Amino acid sequence: MAAAAASLHATAAVSKSRSAAIPQVATSVRVAAASRGPGSARARGGLVVARAAAVKDEAADTNSGGHEVLMFEALREAMIEEMTLDPTVCMIGEDVGDYGGSYKVSKGLSEMFGDLRVLDTPIAENSFTGMGVGAAMKGLRPVVEGMNMGFLLLAYNQISNNCGMLHYTSGGQFKIPIVIRGPGGVGRQLGAEHSQRLESYFQSIPGLQMVACSTPYNAKGLLKAAIRSENPVVVFEHVLLYNMKEKIPDEDYICCLEEAEMVRPGSQVTILTYSRMRYHVMQAVKTLVNKGYDPEVIDIRSLKPFDLHTIGNSVKKTHRVLIVEECMRTGGIGASLRSAIIDNFWDELDAPPMCLSSQDVPTPYAAPLEDATVVQPPQIVAAIEEICR
Amino acid sequence: MAAASFTAAKFLAPALPARSGAGGDRAPSSFPASSAMRPLRRARPAHRLLAVSSDVLAGNKAAPAAAAAQPAVTREEALELYEDMVLGRNFEDMCAQMYYRGKMFGFVHLYNGQEAVSTGFIKLLNQPDCVVSTYRDHVHALSKGVPARSVMAELFGKATGCCRGQGGSMHMFSEPHNVLGGFAFIGEGIPVATGAAFAAKYRHEVLKQSSPDGLDVTIAFFGDGTANNGQFFECLNMAQLWKLPIIFVVENNLWAIGMSHLRATSDPEIWKKGPAFGMPGVHVDGMDVLKVREVAKEAIDRARRGEGPTLVEAETYRFRGHSLADPDELRRPDEKSHYAARDPITQLKKYIIEQNLASEAELKSIEKRIDDVVEEAVEFADASPLPPRSQLLENVFADPKGFGIGPDGKYRCEDPKFTQGTAQV
Repeated sequence: MAAAAASLHATAAVSKSRSAAIPQVATSVRVAAASRGPGSARARGGLVVARAAAVKDEAADTNSGGHEVLMFEALREAMIEEMTLDPTVCMIGEDVGDYGGSYKVSKGLSEMFGDLRVLDTPIAENSFTGMGVGAAMKGLRPVVEGMNMGFLLLAYNQISNNCGMLHYTSGGQFKIPIVIRGPGGVGRQLGAEHSQRLESYFQSIPGLQMVACSTPYNAKGLLKAAIRSENPVVVFEHVLLYNMKEKIPDEDYICCLEEAEMVRPGSQVTILTYSRMRYHVMQAVKTLVNKGYDPEVIDIRSLKPFDLHTIGNSVKKTHRVLIVEECMRTGGIGASLRSAIIDNFWDELDAPPMCLSSQDVPTPYAAPLEDATVVQPPQIVAAIEEICR
Repeated sequence: MAAASFTAAKFLAPALPARSGAGGDRAPSSFPASSAMRPLRRARPAHRLLAVSSDVLAGNKAAPAAAAAQPAVTREEALELYEDMVLGRNFEDMCAQMYYRGKMFGFVHLYNGQEAVSTGFIKLLNQPDCVVSTYRDHVHALSKGVPARSVMAELFGKATGCCRGQGGSMHMFSEPHNVLGGFAFIGEGIPVATGAAFAAKYRHEVLKQSSPDGLDVTIAFFGDGTANNGQFFECLNMAQLWKLPIIFVVENNLWAIGMSHLRATSDPEIWKKGPAFGMPGVHVDGMDVLKVREVAKEAIDRARRGEGPTLVEAETYRFRGHSLADPDELRRPDEKSHYAARDPITQLKKYIIEQNLASEAELKSIEKRIDDVVEEAVEFADASPLPPRSQLLENVFADPKGFGIGPDGKYRCEDPKFTQGTAQV
């Protein structure tokens, strides 16, 4: 089923990346504790969806019911459901209330929940993020929206020093169950400052979890899981993915924050990606499959921590890795991921792990330059051909 | 001691005469005149050294003058204030000793001289009220009720410290006492305090959890240097916008390390910045615990009633350097002696005796008791163990699943040894 997004390059041949049999989940507020059984990293309490089976056909047919949503609607559903379930969940950000959110994620929410629970803030990212931290310390579960992720650079002080650290420096006395979310990534000629990838800047902050959503399904699931998590979680959305369409389950579900998602199983080479680059990868995969290659595509989803189990199993199978990311080359998620793979799976590798990243350049405004900034499908095809030689 | 020789006098017009009659004044007071940093330009009643009630702000009636004849406090209250200030002073003196003996490390910022502000405000708070401070936070924690032994052990870096030794001098936290830190970067705590106040309003309005006392109050303490920081202004705006139950207390001790307040600030009268945001701004003599307490009462009551924030500028002074590493060479001796003569503890003692609230002997016995408390705190801290290696990663995440899934498919936190440092991502 193709995404209806007019604004996307890649026609997203989005795999139905979820298990055929989705367990009926109870709508309890807190995620059940991780099961301690050996091996099964998957069955972590009744609320967590079993790990994605890979094949797109399977899930689509067995799914009776479900409803189609665009990505921003999926996020909105997540917010509504969690705010209904738990009155301590609130939203803080610019234009989230009356305006409904600049990407419509909170459309109608302030009418539903009141303008204290959906708080329109003045333009003061550092302070309202810090306010979210203080509120979290005192028992609320705020969801702080950065209108554009780049604006949260102004909140770096609070995100690094307070979100990440206070649970630790207080000796575990205060928890910070805050969610920080917003759109980032390179858009459509938005200019350098609106085209930033903060995941690389935040990844070193201890005490912070980071996830990147890429489909309406995982967007809703990850946002819900992030809200329910006791940890501070940064949820990276992408400016160009808000109109992605997909059918998602009617029943309550969450996605595990720490797990990666199998998009397309394969045997020849592992492609690790996240967010919008997933679609560039899948477009390249169409070409590659026609040329006779069999890549395995994993959407890592959890940018911090990495799901080394899913990634490792794949590397052990294919022995070749390509990372495709939108971060800049220097110090990006790919750089860390490459290190982690080398550290953990060196013996499994038949080729050096390759990483395709954006150019180290402030994203130019001009269209051809902007296109050249991010990784495009032909580059991915060429890289796979290189790795598999 | 003429106020004229004080640095501020070069900048501002001569001091106003000491106010008379208005509440909280002590008739036989022989305090030196408060510094020349009073509001001078237009003597609007709302900005004299009286707390501002909402009536005054609305201009409806003049602030009622309290009867000057009776003392501002009862005997019990006075002794409580005295004991708290003596605790703060003795504790900090002990910190200096311990630091120079190599039991305490890093940056330690002592509060000597400023006790009236901490005591004056915090002793009016209840348990659910929150306090947020800066790196000069030991005494705020003590005033709020954190046991001296917990603070001392934290300073020694022991596992029995209030933050398990993980915070240190600049990060005092106590959940049971609602001390929300302890922050090393100035200004950083102000948004956190604003968030705590937001949560108090939220509990009342959304969760419908109300207390007969009114809203839970949050007090943010910070210094003159912080009053030039963006977070300060951003939070003044938001607090007033949403009428949050918060009090912004500027402990203006005139120096930010070696930067004089007057050299750093275009308009040094910080209290004036309150009305710029629509909230009352009050200046108070922060060396006088009873005056501070009077202002605090008003500000706290306003906040509890839901009338919103107050900005209080307390003129105060730190007798020691910025930190124990500061040679404190820039401050002039006459400035230091001016404020030494206004030592809040000496003044309160004098007041208590003159008002016959207690005898010299009783005060001495309080001092002795506090000495014992502080000694015991040191003994406790000394005897306490250092944190074990296994504590290293325990509190990085409230939910340790945040360390992720290892190559073997298990969550790293399922390894019993993970907190020692095996949980490398």
